[in-house]
Amino acid sequence: MFHLVEKLVEYFRTQMRTDPDMASAVAAIRTLLEFLRRDKGETILGLRESLKWATDCLTEVDSSVAVSSGGELFLRFISLTSLEHQDLSRCKKVMEERGELFLEKISLSRTKVAKLCHTFIKDGAKILTHSSSRVVLRVLEKAAAEKKRFTVYVTESQPDTAGKQMADALRRINVPVTVVLDAAVGYVLEKVDLVIVGAEGVVESGGIINKIGTYQMAVCSKAHNKPFYVVAESFKFVRLYPLNQQDVPDRFKYKADTLRTVSDLSDEHPMIDYTPPSLITLLFTDLGVLTPSAVSDELIKLYL
Amino acid sequence: MNPIQHHFIGQCTCLSLSPASTVLPASAPVPVPVSGAPSHSSPAPSPADKPAKSRAEQKAERRARQEADRASKQQSCSSSSKTKAPPSELNPVVKRLPEHVQVDDPAVVKRLAKKLERQQIPLRSDYGYKVSLFSHLHQYSRKAPLTQQLSIPSTVIHPSIVRLGLQYSQGIVVGSNARSVALLHAFKQVIRDYTTPPNEELARDLVNKLKPYISFLNQCRPLSASMGNAIKYIKKEISNIPSHFKEEEAKTKLQTCIDRYINENVVLAAKAISKYAIEKINLTSVILSDRTWKKFRVIVVDSRPRLEGREALRRLVQRGISCTYVLISALSYILPEVSKVFLGAHALLANGYVMSRVGTSQIALVARTFNVPVLVCCETYKFCERVQTDSFVSNELDDPDDLMVTRKGKTQLENWHDVSSLGLLNLVYDVTPPDFVDLVITDLGMIPCTSVPVVLRVKNLEQ
Repeated sequence: MFHLVEKLVEYFRTQMRTDPDMASAVAAIRTLLEFLRRDKGETILGLRESLKWATDCLTEVDSSVAVSSGGELFLRFISLTSLEHQDLSRCKKVMEERGELFLEKISLSRTKVAKLCHTFIKDGAKILTHSSSRVVLRVLEKAAAEKKRFTVYVTESQPDTAGKQMADALRRINVPVTVVLDAAVGYVLEKVDLVIVGAEGVVESGGIINKIGTYQMAVCSKAHNKPFYVVAESFKFVRLYPLNQQDVPDRFKYKADTLRTVSDLSDEHPMIDYTPPSLITLLFTDLGVLTPSAVSDELIKLYL
Repeated sequence: MNPIQHHFIGQCTCLSLSPASTVLPASAPVPVPVSGAPSHSSPAPSPADKPAKSRAEQKAERRARQEADRASKQQSCSSSSKTKAPPSELNPVVKRLPEHVQVDDPAVVKRLAKKLERQQIPLRSDYGYKVSLFSHLHQYSRKAPLTQQLSIPSTVIHPSIVRLGLQYSQGIVVGSNARSVALLHAFKQVIRDYTTPPNEELARDLVNKLKPYISFLNQCRPLSASMGNAIKYIKKEISNIPSHFKEEEAKTKLQTCIDRYINENVVLAAKAISKYAIEKINLTSVILSDRTWKKFRVIVVDSRPRLEGREALRRLVQRGISCTYVLISALSYILPEVSKVFLGAHALLANGYVMSRVGTSQIALVARTFNVPVLVCCETYKFCERVQTDSFVSNELDDPDDLMVTRKGKTQLENWHDVSSLGLLNLVYDVTPPDFVDLVITDLGMIPCTSVPVVLRVKNLEQ
């Protein structure tokens, strides 16, 4: 079994390497599809169990919320069809086809989100964003392609200074960008027209889990009455319901390596925080433009 | 582990509110609550006299009569209307307000009295001076139960229903779940003793037999939302009995339906809710010999006059949970120590408002100020399609004499009837807006308060 884990992880890592623009959840789903193809199980139940186990393995490699939610949604999507065929191989084939359909749908999701969101960026707008999000980048690329002029402020986003990567990417498409300190969010907000952030996970209450510093930004934008927009693909919807920061499970708060090596987590600094739905104006997803209270509606449709 | 629920009761004594303009005008378009009794705007067929007309025929007759009335009314006041629009456009189907929130309208009371007379059920009279803000609601006294006015043995009402009505009005059976379960058990007894009269069909006749019972129970104590949903379910099950079923078969089927309803919606739902609720109680777990113990402390908040929290306290202490007991006036004192607030609900309304014992919205409000998460535990069968934004429109007034308390031999307020300007207000329910509630735990999972219509839609699809 051990070499199976290794192969799985290796495949996952290769996927991430070959296309750095791909979301980690998409890479995970590709890995799961490949796993399904190569699986030599004898029963549907066994197949499902091994897929769940594979998702858990991948979550241990990359502890982001999106991997776990993407994996669960993938499993539900492929089993949401009639598997009444007598022949196991035919069932498997149906599941594989569904899996490919799912993958195709989600690879288009970023484009859909960008199409919905770029209209909210007016000409001459000043945008504030947090850390590095590929979805936000896609939205800004689309807005720039529509010949809109706007400037962007990006937070540096310690401890991994991911904000600088975002700034580089934006400079490449000739968007004027300024990198600000995480502590300067309150200072900069009076100049800014709107705030757009990505999300690592969207929870049942309509709130989001994102890189640490997002909650702060949301509270400040509420105080300044600036709209706070979130862009996320639908496979990031997860069946969690945190009530406050402490309620977010530890397995999402820290990087996977930290969880494995460190025994006492109270010394570690969490990498993500939870933003409650009362601070979010709108969510842009491939299912449409949603208010935070509509997220629960969509989640019920996705998961039930 | 039982779901931990706090019980709150009204402690209102004398409200010195100026008569605000929030008293509902009688013609406001409030959607009619879909609970059993008050939806009868047509005369119930008198028992076994007329030949049973089909329901469609009755409806058509009623419609024709209503249209004729409307047309004649239109002609009589045509001078005031500027444009002569056709009657059907000017008078869209006005949903009638239930009579139990229109007590100050004499026409409605007369209509109710006539209906009860036809069903041979005594009318219960109001008691005591009513605070003007709530004069549109009934206020009964426990000392005058409806059953005193019934002849024994009552020919119209089944004895188990009479007993149930007495238990409701005397406060022996209280609480949303308890009342619904008792109601369903009483209906099981009624079905057991029922025999189809000749030339009648069980499906139609049994439903008609239940109507006076429901009116009677409504007179004893206004129906709760959960009872309303249970009655709707039973009526649907009865009318769906295929006509080829023999009587015994039909009766057994109904009994099993009722048992299954109780099992699914009350017993299993409680287990499901506690399973989800446990995830939210996450403090330092202490391994104790062979079991994992979740170490936590419960504060039970209680209020007069019902003091229902004592029962919850007793059960928790029996389980060995360390508890603290306070009255609701000490709320802001203890809230800084609290990590989560668990509340029960009587009903969840379609706009996300939570209807519960009076005091609940107070707790939710103060908890929100202290940034303490508020969790409401509620089974899905208590969700109703009603919409309500305040606690005045539709509520229940309990016996005002309950507020009198005897301490050290002295009863204050015992002569409150003599003081003409004094009113005692004993409210039973209040309504909490969804902004104060963080999470609702139901048997379907954890949902935000605003997702109640989604659950109602999903449930309707299932049926």
